[in-house]
Amino acid sequence: MRPFAYVKPADVAEAVQAVATEPGAKFLGGGTNLVDLMREGIERPHTVVDVTGLPLDEVHELPGGGLRIGALVRNSVLAAHPRVRTSYPVLSQAILAGASAQLRNMATVGGNLLQRTRCPYFYDLAAACNKREPGAGCDAIGGFTRSHAILGVSDSCIATHPSDMCVALAALDAVVEVRSVRGTRRIPLVDFHVLPGDTPHVETTLAADELITAVELPPSPAPSRYRKVRDRASYAFALVSVAAALEVRDGTVAAVRLALGGVAPKPWRAREAERLLLGGPATEEAFRQAADAELAPATARPGNAFKSGLARATITATLRELIIEGEAA
Amino acid sequence: MRVNGTDEKLDVEPWVSLLDALRERLGVTGPKKGCDQGACGACTVLADGVRINACLALAVQYADKEITTIEGVTPHPLQEAFVRHDGFQCGYCTSGQICSAIGMLNEAEDPAALTDAEIRERMSGNLCRCGAYNGIVEAIKEVAR
Ligand SMILES: Cc1cc2nc3c(=O)[nH]c(=O)nc-3n(C[C@H](O)[C@H](O)[C@H](O)COP(=O)(O)OP(=O)(O)OC[C@H]3O[C@@H](n4cnc5c(N)ncnc54)[C@H](O)[C@@H]3O)c2cc1C
Ligand code: SF4
Ligand code: FES
Ligand code: FES
Repeated sequence: MRPFAYVKPADVAEAVQAVATEPGAKFLGGGTNLVDLMREGIERPHTVVDVTGLPLDEVHELPGGGLRIGALVRNSVLAAHPRVRTSYPVLSQAILAGASAQLRNMATVGGNLLQRTRCPYFYDLAAACNKREPGAGCDAIGGFTRSHAILGVSDSCIATHPSDMCVALAALDAVVEVRSVRGTRRIPLVDFHVLPGDTPHVETTLAADELITAVELPPSPAPSRYRKVRDRASYAFALVSVAAALEVRDGTVAAVRLALGGVAPKPWRAREAERLLLGGPATEEAFRQAADAELAPATARPGNAFKSGLARATITATLRELIIEGEAA
Repeated sequence: MRVNGTDEKLDVEPWVSLLDALRERLGVTGPKKGCDQGACGACTVLADGVRINACLALAVQYADKEITTIEGVTPHPLQEAFVRHDGFQCGYCTSGQICSAIGMLNEAEDPAALTDAEIRERMSGNLCRCGAYNGIVEAIKEVAR
């Protein structure tokens, strides 16, 4: 690994100051992504600012019923939190569907938001990759694309955002709170990550010197659930995943939220499908039509053309499960 | 750092992983280097009782933690159970499997009630190239009950 300086600030003001005065600095959470990328030579910070000593590791109830999650809460702790399990099951299930128990014990909420793509060409220093090296080209296009995106892609990059947790957060209307020497900002999670366009190295609206301090959830929606499809039963990234919340009254969709993982360069809120479903009949036929409309703009390649059908089936199955769950309750 | 009950004075560069610090600097070779990418679990150790992948941990980040490796838990009922149930062949993954299982049993609300499927899911971060999974599950189940 390339040598770097290491600092461990004790408070938030000191942490943001450390990065503001050091352009080549990066924050370090659990290290499960950054340490890997530094070892591969893909990330090369001059200074690593370890934020795990900051007092941002608690989950608080918000007045009005929401939840405030500190950026340093470990993924395993969040998934096991009683309020998350009962009020936001989609979030708990999404986290538990990702990585392994050891990694979830290490990984932080802030680090999970900023984890980088698992595109194999991004990891392969011998391959051309616009994300790693702007302007170099993209070896994935025309290459092996089983893990790649079909929605929101560009001619520069077709990589997916790999997080499970973020798909649930997109469905839950989460808000990310960030801090820098300039002050505090709040960014809706759906606007936090950006599409590649012709600048795929730009992945979020976060500035380099901004520290994620918390994620806030509004009061919990209708019953919710996460479903992930992958190449093996556990411990693999999503081919397709669905985070959904659904409320049905008298056979009609009274409320619905839908987000997709594994199909886009960012956690994909399925607004078109939601629009079509809301107020309509809660039938499998309606679910399929809404899924098709959402997936209509897909740009498939030979290696990932299967994802449209898989996404449609997974959306339909998840909504069906929520109806069965609602009837049982 | 406290390693297996002993205070160790370590002078390592910030880019040294916990795994390399244990193996190369302290001669604690129970934790194994399988992938060095967080993908196999052979390097699993306990930090204050919580299972982690030592290959993705920077040693400096764990300076004030109590690290426990397979050396620190020996003798453990899981070791005997792994022998009885053929929970290994070559043994390369075993120290990680056992540390992971100890952490897993701490995490579970009711370890005795875990089904085979739940044990497999909770242990999915530990790969075994020899495919000794059936024996591993049997061994963990026996100790959990
Ligand atoms: C083998 C393997 C399998 C995995 N499988 C899955 C999976 O199936 N699903 C899934 O969702 N994930 C998976 N992951 C990824 C894992 O979830 C992420 O690595 C983890 O969430 C990153 O969190 P961290 O705290 O370790 O981040 P770090 O590695 O510490 O940091 C990641 C990035 O975030 C930045 N950062 C960290 N904290 C902050 C902060 N507070 N403010 C600003 N910037 C910050 C860092 O500078 C860095 O750029 C897997 C990882 C591995 C190694
Ligand atoms: S898809 Fe994106 S990340 Fe993958 S090689 Fe192309 S530019 Fe790089
Ligand atoms: S060596 Fe750490 S997970 Fe493989
Ligand atoms: S016993 Fe050989 S890898 Fe598990």
